[in-house]
Amino acid sequence: MSRIGSIGRRLYRGEVDIDFVGRYKLWSLLSGLLLVISIAGLIVQGLNLGIEFRGGSVFSFDKPRSSTIETVRSTVEGAGAHQVTVQEASNRWRVTTQSLTAEEVTTVQNAISKEFGVAGNQISKQIIGPTWGGEVLRKAVIGLVVFMIAIILYLTMAFEWKMALAAVVALLHDLIITAGIYAWSGFEVTPATMLGFLTILGYSLYDAVVVFDMIKEVTAKLGTTAKMTYTQAANNALNHTLIRSLNTSLVAILPVAAILFIGTTLFGAGTLKDLSLALFVGMIVGTYSSLCVATPLLVNLKEREPKYMAIAKRLASNKSASAQDAPPAKGKEPATAATSTGPASSANGAVAAPKRKKR
Amino acid sequence: MLLALLALILAMGGVMLLQKALVPKFGLDLAGGTTVTLSPVTQSGGATPSQESLDLAVNIIRDRVNGSGISDAEVAKAGDNIVISVPGAGQEEVVKLVGTTAELRFRQVLAVAAANATPGKLPTAPATPAPSGGSTPAPSGSAQPSTTAKPTATAKPAPSGTPAGRALSSALTAPTPAPSASATGDAKDAKDKATPEPSGSAAPSASASAPPAQEDPMAGVDLSGVDPAVAEQFKTLDCTKKDRGQGVQDNPDKQLAACSDDGVAKYILDKAAVKGTEVAGANSGVDSTTGEWIVQVNFKSKGASEFAKITGQITSAPQPRNQLAMVLDGVVISAPVIEEPIPGGQARISGSFTQKTADDLANQLKYGALPLKFVQSSIEEVSSTLGADQLRGGLLAGAIGLVLVVLYSLLYYRGLGLVAVASLAIATIVTYEAVVILGHNANFRLSLPHIIGLIVSIGITADSFIVYFERMRDEMKEGRRSLRVAVEVAWVRARRTILIADAVMFIAAVVLYFLAVGGVAGFAFAMGLTTLIDILVVFLFTKPFVAMLAKLSFFAKGHKLSGLDAERMGREAPVARTTVSQEG
Repeated sequence: MSRIGSIGRRLYRGEVDIDFVGRYKLWSLLSGLLLVISIAGLIVQGLNLGIEFRGGSVFSFDKPRSSTIETVRSTVEGAGAHQVTVQEASNRWRVTTQSLTAEEVTTVQNAISKEFGVAGNQISKQIIGPTWGGEVLRKAVIGLVVFMIAIILYLTMAFEWKMALAAVVALLHDLIITAGIYAWSGFEVTPATMLGFLTILGYSLYDAVVVFDMIKEVTAKLGTTAKMTYTQAANNALNHTLIRSLNTSLVAILPVAAILFIGTTLFGAGTLKDLSLALFVGMIVGTYSSLCVATPLLVNLKEREPKYMAIAKRLASNKSASAQDAPPAKGKEPATAATSTGPASSANGAVAAPKRKKR
Repeated sequence: MLLALLALILAMGGVMLLQKALVPKFGLDLAGGTTVTLSPVTQSGGATPSQESLDLAVNIIRDRVNGSGISDAEVAKAGDNIVISVPGAGQEEVVKLVGTTAELRFRQVLAVAAANATPGKLPTAPATPAPSGGSTPAPSGSAQPSTTAKPTATAKPAPSGTPAGRALSSALTAPTPAPSASATGDAKDAKDKATPEPSGSAAPSASASAPPAQEDPMAGVDLSGVDPAVAEQFKTLDCTKKDRGQGVQDNPDKQLAACSDDGVAKYILDKAAVKGTEVAGANSGVDSTTGEWIVQVNFKSKGASEFAKITGQITSAPQPRNQLAMVLDGVVISAPVIEEPIPGGQARISGSFTQKTADDLANQLKYGALPLKFVQSSIEEVSSTLGADQLRGGLLAGAIGLVLVVLYSLLYYRGLGLVAVASLAIATIVTYEAVVILGHNANFRLSLPHIIGLIVSIGITADSFIVYFERMRDEMKEGRRSLRVAVEVAWVRARRTILIADAVMFIAAVVLYFLAVGGVAGFAFAMGLTTLIDILVVFLFTKPFVAMLAKLSFFAKGHKLSGLDAERMGREAPVARTTVSQEG
């Protein structure tokens, strides 16, 4: 209890120092495992595509008192529909059938009206042609590809290509894992779900962008005499924005959770639930990936640069020489340090480190 | 800054009041109604339909829908698809309207009358009809009204040039389509010949013909060839109504009573002589000698011989039977007089075209060549109760989400949280106003995906504050800066982050909007809109407001409830320590 309390307190104060980047191997392992499981799920289970993708017809109407699943089914089948599935969605019946023609739909509608006394215009209908889903899917994939290219270009301009690459990899990571969760759980994938997926892209990047912006600021001043490796600096930046990341994610997830709650309890099935579920899952994965995938990946790319390799090498030898020292200099200073000149800033960080050391 | 925003809010509110529009327009998933998505079936060639033919298809469908008397319907192009949204209507009637393919046919004109020359109106027409009608039975009767009524009709449209008069005028002033074949020389000749005539013969095509037709005993004779059933239809056809037979699936092997597309005249047309699919191409251009706008049509080989045959047959026929009507989707788009047989499969139509009317006709003919077939790829009918339920659910979810975010902001940021709450409130107001104004001026209809998009973006808006506040607290934590300085320094940095992050969201929204189909576009629109509003609010409200607050001692001195207290800033304040251990 007291421990949790103090973590909360430290979080609140921004005094956290979690070695995200250093645990690169752990994250890689975890993400790798998740990816493998997800891809396996996609291959073995496949996605449970909604009728919007398979083609079909849906009738939905308020549940009359006299109706049961059996009577509804027999009525609809009696009107000539096949592959009839009857679902209960809170106070409504939701009946799916194969893709009907407009006339057949009218027949079914009339049958329902007659049997249950529901006015024809109170029966919601949806008829999806067999090719429509493919169209939706194709457009979504095109959208995705164009979006990725646009983002890579934009981030390359705003930051650098390595950051763009890391951000996009994290994004793919999120998408695959979210899709994997859908595959294994058997949640239905509808166009609304895809909306959710696509929005996750925005979020996942949004988060990564904020973190990268800080990393850029912190690492910009790493000169040859820097007292921090790129890894440490990035880790600082990450911890620095951790509060914000968590806050933001929480604030973003709260409304989504509200939609999910309403969507599930009030409607059972439909746009609200499908969309918010995808968002809910995706945002959680997204928060994880911006902390544990995007940044470590970026660091891995950057540490290969001669400049940062040199710093790391020099610091490593210093370290073995002095044998003590607190490796990751604590996070807050770099941000402010960035305003002052390079050497001064790192000095700043070094001075601050001991002070923060008490936990 | 604050004033600017206030002015904006008031201005938008004022617009809403002025337009008496206080509630957004709802999409059909919330209001109830039918949405049909039509996807073009690509011909065997596999080429995607051209934008012009899609536009034309949209116009044709819009014409049909409007003609059906359904109000408030919307026909829009979405990528390659056409989306028809009809509030309050069931799927049967909408599908009936849009389910057929619009086709082009060439038919000989058998008789012409003014648009509204229905039997019911006869009495009002000059006395003539009755007597002359007496000689011949029903068919002639129908012809008569035409003649008498004509003058009234002609008066307006005939004066060349008006788009309305296009089909007619093309025949009127330049009954030239004839200019035989391709040879321009010939054409010119024909035209020269033609021009004098038209003035006289002008009558036929449209209506101007009143005198000749009336005097012409041939009119009655001609009508004898008309199927009585069609003559009957012709009698009752009122082209001044919205529903003037557009979209009627005309049987090419039967005669047809149809209106001109401007609703000025009505025709009895013979069986289709040439089908539109035999048109190889059409284009508009300027005649190099006369400087007039013309439309040229080319036929494929079968069409060319059919066209030669029909023009040969009717060119010597009396008015109006020497006119060849082009019928698109059950409506006569042009009915020029055939001056002479046109072999060779190339014809020109001249007349008082403007560039636009010539372009339009050429496009219509081109469309006839490759009529777009559509499949109803998705039909959705939402009952009004389900719509209302969904709206309620969406709003409820939005409210809950907003409340949760507000509570969290207050708990976490305390005093500063108030700023966040106020900013969210402002953002909500601006968004609402924008949605209402867009709804009434740009026909933006709020649908469920929009609402979800808006709710989801609460997070984005809130994040901007969080980024800013965290930066501010960083600055404060340094302990070397006063709040007033921190507010400014932090702003400079937070601003950059906010802009970059918002840019990413905006790119996402734009890409999705233009590339996605259906609800995705609506969702993306909402996301883009809120991203812009977010920037607006953060720049014009949050920052200036925080700067203002920074002058208050409550915040500047770091009151415990301000969210900027020493404890939160992690300074080594003894008081703070005790609190920690107590709570910890």
